[in-house]
Amino acid sequence: MSTFLHGGSIVGPNGVETADVLITGNSIVAVGTNLPVPASARTIDSTGMVILPGLVDIHSHLREPGNEEAETIQTGARGAALGGFTAVVAMPNTNPTIDSPSVVRDVLALAEGVACEVLPAAAMTVGRKGELLTPMGELAAMGVRIFTDDGSGVQNPAMMRSIMEYATGLEAITDGEPIVLAQHCDVTALSDRGHMHEGEWSTRLGMAGQPVIAETLMMQRDVALAELTGARIHFQHVSSAHGVEIIRSAKASGLAVTAEATTHHFTLTDAACAGYDPVFKVHPPLRTSDDVAAIREGLADGTIDAIATDHAPHEPHTKEFSFDHAPPGMLGFETALSLALHELGLPLERIVELMSVRPAEIAGIGDRHGRLIETGNRANLAIVDVDETWTVAGTAMASRSQNTPYEGRELKGKVKYTIVEGEITVDQGVATR
Amino acid sequence: MNDLLTIEDLGADGINEIMLTADSMAEVSARPIPKVPALRGKTVASMFFEDSTRTRTSFETAAKRLSADVLNFSASSSSVNKGESLRDTVETIEAMGVDAIIVRHRSSGAPRQVAQWAEAPVINAGDGWHAHPTQSLLDAYTIRAEGRDFEGLNIAIVGDVSHSRVARSNIEAFSVLGANVTLVAPPTLLPPHVEALGATVSHSLDAVLAETDVLYLLRMQHERMDQALVPSLGEYHRTFGLTPERAKQLPSNALIMHPGPMNRGIEISPEVIDDPRVRVLNQVANGVVVRMAVLYLVVGSNGGVI
Repeated sequence: MSTFLHGGSIVGPNGVETADVLITGNSIVAVGTNLPVPASARTIDSTGMVILPGLVDIHSHLREPGNEEAETIQTGARGAALGGFTAVVAMPNTNPTIDSPSVVRDVLALAEGVACEVLPAAAMTVGRKGELLTPMGELAAMGVRIFTDDGSGVQNPAMMRSIMEYATGLEAITDGEPIVLAQHCDVTALSDRGHMHEGEWSTRLGMAGQPVIAETLMMQRDVALAELTGARIHFQHVSSAHGVEIIRSAKASGLAVTAEATTHHFTLTDAACAGYDPVFKVHPPLRTSDDVAAIREGLADGTIDAIATDHAPHEPHTKEFSFDHAPPGMLGFETALSLALHELGLPLERIVELMSVRPAEIAGIGDRHGRLIETGNRANLAIVDVDETWTVAGTAMASRSQNTPYEGRELKGKVKYTIVEGEITVDQGVATR
Repeated sequence: MNDLLTIEDLGADGINEIMLTADSMAEVSARPIPKVPALRGKTVASMFFEDSTRTRTSFETAAKRLSADVLNFSASSSSVNKGESLRDTVETIEAMGVDAIIVRHRSSGAPRQVAQWAEAPVINAGDGWHAHPTQSLLDAYTIRAEGRDFEGLNIAIVGDVSHSRVARSNIEAFSVLGANVTLVAPPTLLPPHVEALGATVSHSLDAVLAETDVLYLLRMQHERMDQALVPSLGEYHRTFGLTPERAKQLPSNALIMHPGPMNRGIEISPEVIDDPRVRVLNQVANGVVVRMAVLYLVVGSNGGVI
């Protein structure tokens, strides 16, 4: 079975150029013009569209097992594919927590045949309680590469030191493939009363705030611990200008530090909370326009390695609680690429690095994802109409939940096809799985 | 007037309209039979998601003087469980047929959410640390009743501004009416970015007393000690409490106000409570009158006379 992509612009090793792409089996077998096309091949007219390496999201919540009313692995993967993703990393804050080989096996079984590759991240501590180490060695042997207690950070510095030291030994199990410790930096003693960014808006709205220092204090601690232990630390969803600065200086001093920023943290500010709509409640919180500017700068200059969605579905009724009782989190899969393409003012090649190449490397799947459109690479790619406009509607999304903060907004850039391991999982904008 | 959610929504004109209406209500309240049929046949739902005997009683008295029926919905902490969304609760009450909804909630912003879902107008009876507009209206009415002109009036608000809906609404109301508002508190009881509230800040009560026309004391919650915001209530009293010595520094025609209930020996020394400048009971009386005005303007007259 072959698929022939005709007339599109590819993002390849020589930048953006017009070329046809022939896919056979799970691989790109030819790129160029005047390619010999097998008669049986399906031709996709890609004229006017760009063909990108499939996007990789290193931070998403698929809610399964445990909260299937909000999302399942199947519906989550479907939404991801509609957003151009060919692989997503599922966070372990499920119920039960993804902290043991059996739950990893369950998740992998549920992920069979869904619309994109789903890679479970595993917790660093049992039940994400910060008390006992998970069987990181066994989990690494099963292919887990990202460990995180996401939803909260590891509060105890002695525990974090131990996790880091233990992790540095695991590369002996993984044949040198890096183990990434992804931290949700948040000193909860400073933030756990808060519901939004601590700033002028929280003061006006009479809401307890989550200060920037709750994020940056843990980042500084982890930089110091990474220096001590040599572990690879990945900072999840950096939300503050000071946080970006900490990453910049850690990288300058040669530490193996990586970082991600979410689409909402570079497109929205705390002013969005003015109407008390819990759809704008998220952890870490939306911050100020200065923070947004610093994150954009960090994405442009390479301080921040990757754009992540932190896709976090919540059942509709839970976003009808009062702001302080509503759960934090926003949908992200289907809006991320449009926002990245049109809000950041960065060249397409840089967006591809941020949303595909670097996240694939961080997730340890660079062998098959995040590869530029080139003969011999696996056929994980997305075909995008960069200029098509569409209006965001939570009810129209594949997710079982509807909590998009961009409801009603007109966005530009629509994924028309997503191809995973050579198979079409989004066909003319419609998910097939 | 539709909803009354914040002072900001009203502006100076809205406040003055309520003041003028309250004058008529004060006249009604002074009658031998202080009851008029203005809202006869109207039903006012009183939804208190947080206990507050004073505010609830004040609203209820106001509604009864206007002949409205009051539907009491008590939803103290137990029923604000996470299984029932605020929206469900509101829709349930509204299905019973109500002409206005009075909402008190421990969560900031809850009345605004209720207003989005409810057809009936919503009156905010205090939400979290955010706003308490009818308290500010009665406070402004109390100052006005003393014949004071707000323009250039120096008002000091003393105490736990950070956790106070009364402070936020009063800063808004007093400022929009032309007064100079100074917040007096230790830094730990002021919200971060306090400048966003648009008032002057002082950490010394002694430094501002002599220039103060209205001294507004906020209620101090005991739990602030557990949060390490103040070392002890004793120290708070000694540095920010209205002691007899400080009362002497206050101008003779100054007003001393408090939203109640007062903590004797904390915000104010027992000896000062009977000072002739204290207006706390006037505030309570004016609360009924101002809430009558608000209900009258929000629910609308039924052709009845005042």
